[in-house]
Amino acid sequence: MQKLIQWVDDRLPIVDAWNKHLGKYYAPKNFNVWYFFGSLAMLVLVNQLVTGIWLTMSYNPSAEGAFASVEYIMRDVEWGWLLRYLHSTGASAFFVVVYLHMFRGLMYGSYQKPRELIWIFGMLIYLVLMAEAFMGYLLPWGQMSYWGAQVIVNLFGAIPVIGEDLSLWIRGDYLISGITLNRFFALHVVALPIVLLGLVVLHILALHEVGSNNPDGIDIKKNKDENGIPKDGIPFHPYYTVHDLLGVGVFFFIFFIVVFFFPEMGGLFLEKPNFEPANALKTPAHIAPVWYFTPFYAMLRAVTVDLFGLPAKFWGVVVMGGAIAILFVLPWLDKSPVRSMRYKGWLSKIALAIFAVSFVILGYLGLVPATEGRTMVAQILTVLYFLYFILMPFYTRMEKTKPVPERVTG
Amino acid sequence: MRKLIFGLVFAVLPALGLAAGGAVPIDHIETDHTNKESLQRGVALFTNYCMGCHSMEYARYKRVADDLDIPAELYEENLIFTGAKIGELMKNSMSKDMAAEWFGAPPPDLTLETRLRGESWVYSYLRGFYKDDSRPLGVNNVVFPNVGMPHVLVGLQGLCAVEPNVGVHASVEPLSGNINNGDLCPQYASEGSMTEAEFSQAMYDLTNFMSYMGDPVRVERERLGIFVLIFVAIFFIFAYLLNREYWKDVH
Repeated sequence: MQKLIQWVDDRLPIVDAWNKHLGKYYAPKNFNVWYFFGSLAMLVLVNQLVTGIWLTMSYNPSAEGAFASVEYIMRDVEWGWLLRYLHSTGASAFFVVVYLHMFRGLMYGSYQKPRELIWIFGMLIYLVLMAEAFMGYLLPWGQMSYWGAQVIVNLFGAIPVIGEDLSLWIRGDYLISGITLNRFFALHVVALPIVLLGLVVLHILALHEVGSNNPDGIDIKKNKDENGIPKDGIPFHPYYTVHDLLGVGVFFFIFFIVVFFFPEMGGLFLEKPNFEPANALKTPAHIAPVWYFTPFYAMLRAVTVDLFGLPAKFWGVVVMGGAIAILFVLPWLDKSPVRSMRYKGWLSKIALAIFAVSFVILGYLGLVPATEGRTMVAQILTVLYFLYFILMPFYTRMEKTKPVPERVTG
Repeated sequence: MRKLIFGLVFAVLPALGLAAGGAVPIDHIETDHTNKESLQRGVALFTNYCMGCHSMEYARYKRVADDLDIPAELYEENLIFTGAKIGELMKNSMSKDMAAEWFGAPPPDLTLETRLRGESWVYSYLRGFYKDDSRPLGVNNVVFPNVGMPHVLVGLQGLCAVEPNVGVHASVEPLSGNINNGDLCPQYASEGSMTEAEFSQAMYDLTNFMSYMGDPVRVERERLGIFVLIFVAIFFIFAYLLNREYWKDVH
C-alpha cells in the first residue's frame, strides 16, 4: 500500500493535496454547530448527483412521457420511489443547509477580508443552485411545474425592448412546451451540475488558501507555535471529519423522517397541483413557487407601482434581482473593524435579526395568496431587507465594538 | 345564447375558486392502507362503478392484486373488463374525445386524485351528491358545485332530495333535545340499496383504495423508515463515541 502511494505520488502530488486540504489543514478548534452546514451541503450535493443519475436512467424528457415516466419510477422501478423522494427531499434540504450556511457567514463575518472571494464563489453556487432547482422543477411536468416555469420565464419578458424575445429564446417556443422541457433537462443534468461542481472546488480552494474563519472572527494564523502551526488550530482530519459525522447523524435522522414519513411535507416539498399533468389550457387557481424561492417571489409581488413609464412587473424583477445581487457586494458594505457578531455592537445585532425575520416572513408571504394587507407587509419587509445592506456601511462604522480577544474563546 | 354561455361561465367561475381554495365543506377521514379488507372492497367498487369512465393508467393490475392479496386468476376473472392482461396498465376503453363531448371534459385519470385533492376531499365529494333539476344530469354536488359527473352510485345511496350534511357536525338543540344534522341526508328523493351507514363505509373503502393507488408504497415505506431511523440512531452513538475519543485531548 505504502509503495503504491509512493508510486502514484511520484507522478501526482496526492500526499501533498491530502495534507493541504485535510491532514494538515489547520482549522480553528472553536467551531460550533453553525459549522456543520458546509459539509452537510456537500453531502446533499452527493445525494443529488447519485440519485439524479439513477433517476435519469428511467426518466423520459418529453412532454408526452415525462409525467408518466415519473409515476413509472414511483411504481415500477425497483426502489424508484426511494430515489425520487431522496432527490425531491434533497432539493429542499440543499436550500435548508445552504441558507443556514449563509446565515453563519453573516453572523461571524466570514465574507470579510480576506475571504471576499470565498463569499463570491458561494453566492455563485447559490445562484446556480437556484437555476438548477428551477429547471429541475419543470421535469416532473405537473401543473405547478408548468405554470411555475411559465411565470418565471415570463418575468424576463418584463425587461424593456429585448424582454419578449429573450423569454421566447429561453423557452424555445411561444409557450412552455416539450422543447423547453428538453433544454431544461439538458441544463439540469449536464450543464449546471458541471458548473456547480467547478464552483464548489473554487469555493473550497479559496477557503483553504486563506483559512477558515471561526465564531470569534479571529485570525488563528497570527498565533503560531515554534513549528509554524496555529496554536488555536487542529488538523481538519481526523478532528473535524469525526466531528462532522455527528452532524451527518443528526441531519440524516431529520432528513429520513421526511423521506420515509412526510415526503410531500404537507405540500411544501411536493406541491399538490403537481400530481396533475401539465395542462396549457388550465391555469391553477393559485401559483406558488417552492418554498425556497418564496422570499424573492414575495418581493416581486410587493412592487405594485409603475414608474418612469415602465410597468410594476419590470420593477418587481429589478427588486428581486437586486435582492440577490446586493448579497454579492456584502464584503465591501461591512466596514466594521471586527468580524464576529460576538464583538460587533448592538446596531449590527438588531440589523441582522430584523433582516433574518424579514426574510422568513417574506418566505411565508410568498407561499400564500396575496391580499392587500399582506402586500403592504411584504412592501415593508422588502424595504427592511434592503436597508440591512444599504445602511450597513453606516451602522458598522458608527457602533461601538467590543475588544476582540487574542485567542479563541471556545 | 351567447349571453347565456357567458352567464354560465361567470356563475361557475367563483365555484371553481371555491373548489380550489378549500372553502368547501369537508368530512375528515384517516385512510389505512393496512386494512386489506377495506382496500379489497374499494377495488371492487372502483372497478364496477368508476372504471367505465375513469382510468388509473399509471398503475398495473398485477400490483394491485399482489398488494391486496387477491389471487391473480380471481382478479383477472372478476376485475378486468377490458380484456387486458394482468401485467398491463389500468386503462379503460373510453375515448377521451367522445367523453369530452358527453360530459364537457374527459373524466380525469384517478391514480393520483387523492394526492391532488386530498383524501378527505374525495370522501366528502363522493357523499356530496344531491338532486338538482337545474343541472343537465339532474344532480349537483356540495363539495364540487356544478360538477359534470353524474351520480354513479345512486343505486347504492339513493338520491338525496336536498343538500346533504357534508362537513356538518351533529348538534343537539338545547331546548327540545332534538338532534340536528345527525344524518348525511335528511330527505331522499329515491331510495338506494344501502343504508346511510353502509354507504358511508363503502365510500370510505373506495377512498381508502384510491389513496392506496396514489401512494401504493406507503405501508412499506413507513415500515422501512423505522429501521432506517434506528440505524441512523445507532450510527450516531458510534459517531459520538468516536468524536469524544478524538477530542478528549483538545483544549
